[in-house]
Amino acid sequence: MSTRGTGRTNGSLPQTKICQFKLVLLGDMAVGKSSLVLRFVKGQFDEFQETTIGAAFLAQSVCLDDTTVKFEIWDTAGQERYHSLAPMYYRGAQAAIVVFDITKPETFERAKAWVKELQRQASPNIVIALAGNKADLADKRLVEYEEAQTYAEDTGLLFMETSAKTAMNVNELFLAIAKKMPKTDTQNPTHAARHRGVNLQDPDAQSSRSCCGN
Amino acid sequence: MAADVHNKGVSWEIKNGNLAPSDRLRQDRSDSPTPGLVEGTEPGAGQEGAMFVHAQSFEDLTADSESNTDNKSAEVGDSNPENAQKAALEGGEEEVQEESLEAEQEEVGKEEVQSSNKAKEEDVTSETWRSHRKHVFVLSEAGKPIYTRYGTEEALSSIMGVMMLLMSFVEDKKNTIRSIHADGYRVVFLRKSPLILVGVFRTSCSDRELTRELHYVYYQIVSLLTLTQLNHVFQNRQSYDLRRLLAGSEHLTDSLLRLLDRDPGLLLSAVMCLPLASSARDVVSSSLQAAKAKNLVFSILLAGNRLVTLVRKKDQFLHHMDLHLLFNLVVSSSSFREGEGWTPICLPKFNPAGFFHAHISYLEPASDLCLILVSTDREDFFNLSDCKKRFLERLRRRSAYQSLQEALNMPSYPVSQVGIPELRHFVYKSKSSGLYTSPDLPAPYQEEEEHERLMGLYQHLHSCLHNPTRPLRYIYRCAETENLYALVTSGFELYLCFSPLGTKGLAVSAVNKLLKWIRKEEDRLFILSPLTY
Repeated sequence: MSTRGTGRTNGSLPQTKICQFKLVLLGDMAVGKSSLVLRFVKGQFDEFQETTIGAAFLAQSVCLDDTTVKFEIWDTAGQERYHSLAPMYYRGAQAAIVVFDITKPETFERAKAWVKELQRQASPNIVIALAGNKADLADKRLVEYEEAQTYAEDTGLLFMETSAKTAMNVNELFLAIAKKMPKTDTQNPTHAARHRGVNLQDPDAQSSRSCCGN
Repeated sequence: MAADVHNKGVSWEIKNGNLAPSDRLRQDRSDSPTPGLVEGTEPGAGQEGAMFVHAQSFEDLTADSESNTDNKSAEVGDSNPENAQKAALEGGEEEVQEESLEAEQEEVGKEEVQSSNKAKEEDVTSETWRSHRKHVFVLSEAGKPIYTRYGTEEALSSIMGVMMLLMSFVEDKKNTIRSIHADGYRVVFLRKSPLILVGVFRTSCSDRELTRELHYVYYQIVSLLTLTQLNHVFQNRQSYDLRRLLAGSEHLTDSLLRLLDRDPGLLLSAVMCLPLASSARDVVSSSLQAAKAKNLVFSILLAGNRLVTLVRKKDQFLHHMDLHLLFNLVVSSSSFREGEGWTPICLPKFNPAGFFHAHISYLEPASDLCLILVSTDREDFFNLSDCKKRFLERLRRRSAYQSLQEALNMPSYPVSQVGIPELRHFVYKSKSSGLYTSPDLPAPYQEEEEHERLMGLYQHLHSCLHNPTRPLRYIYRCAETENLYALVTSGFELYLCFSPLGTKGLAVSAVNKLLKWIRKEEDRLFILSPLTY
């Protein structure tokens, strides 16, 4: 695969590395997953963001020094009926943001369950970030910052309180994830586009298939 | 070059041994002196067979609810007394079974008052709650609330309990409760195990029409879960609270119920096409046809609630009802505008047991053009995303995108184009293609309330034409605000709305003129040569 990738490099952008990562958002319904993504990708916020049906796929790049980090984001629906599909989205993901609503303790519990599931079933070196969203509603807060912070430290997660509404910490969160990503895994766009197809699918089956395709 | 590709696309799929190139066939059909008397030759009939499951309009829909009796005489009483030349449609003997249940209806009313609760959205004890024209309730067989159109389910648990009780009370006596008519209301019951659906309607529509609407709600729920999963959860636990699994889908059902009040397509079991020059549509269709993938079953391009084109896998047919559910999903969820959507969806008329996976995205963020690619493989997202890219590239290369956008920005067409005096509006359905056409709503009907009133009138005519015991071939109805004429042949169904100054003679003579006009315009108004991969 890698030889094929270098073979296609056109060499016009020698010093800009492009890294592409698959990132998945998980969390209970109505905690603000889509709002976070839309704030990050489009700079928009809608107070009455509609529920996501199934999952939505979006892409956004951030620049880090000499590297362009392209996130391919799976914004999943939080409804229980879609839970069985979640593995399809976190399988092969290099990063995950688990979101909860700081005004709803049950969504924090649900977030912990997602973290557990990710640590058990997602790829072992996945970077997990915990986002306590709706920080603008601090007067209705029911999950203490310290509580979530402690939990995140104990489990080895990135943690930030965010507000998609005010944009607080939204870009910062994605940047922090980008910084934690292994940049050695540099791919040129052609290769990356091919690689992207792998992520959703069973890695083994796909790689052998694409080899045959060549 | 465009025409070349088009011909290659269609002419090799020969059905009925017809070898004529489709373009010539079009001309022949246009010259036909008596259009539409036989199914398959009516204006708008597809040349290569239908793209939908061939259904005899809505009989197909209600077929599984046994034979449904309609209380026709009640309808006549309720509706406008000025009905002039209404064809005979009384059926007195059928009312007996239902009238005996009037007493229970009053109990329901009392229960409504008792079940007080401070509902978040709407107080269910309030007069506004009671005065809604159409209430729909869904409950489990254990009597647990699943959905209510107005108010919250919690506030209505006792009412739903009464509904459940009524049903089991009648079923205990080896009978089935279908409806209760009282005080201008119709309470319609539908048991679709493991769900029970109840509608409380203030309308003159027949029970059949109302049951059809409940069926739609039922299939909406199935489309989210599949029947298999639905049965499974209730087999495991009878008292399961299905709202857990349906969370966040209430707006889909709400929107479907609004659509039922406004879109004649759901009434006629038909789909409206975006009026588009056939050359442009052919380019769009063949571009979509070329962008195929192994597991792709249906490619559907929508413009709002109108169909631009549909390409399907050979031998696989979409049911219009499944398409309406897809329409509803798209129009009621703005979330597909933000990125590429990827969702499991069950098309219950195709197969209630399994999920398809749909790639749903708008061609451009601000555009009304929405592409739905339906695949059998849940891992197919990137393949389908690639199909979309290829489709867009092709469209742009053949500069069809621009003409498509232009067609989209234009209003459909004004009824004045037809050139029939006093004609305000019509709905024409070609039975063999399952497509219908209708002009823009004119001035008096543009307001929401008037729009729904007109649809209500069409619905009433529809239930007269399709009365199971006394079907009619045509009906003319005079009223204060409009005159209506509806007729059905083996090839088409037509509903016309005239100003009150129109006469019956005018209406009858308008039909031929209108059919000729539709024949002349059918290239633009219908999809005459549906494609397959």
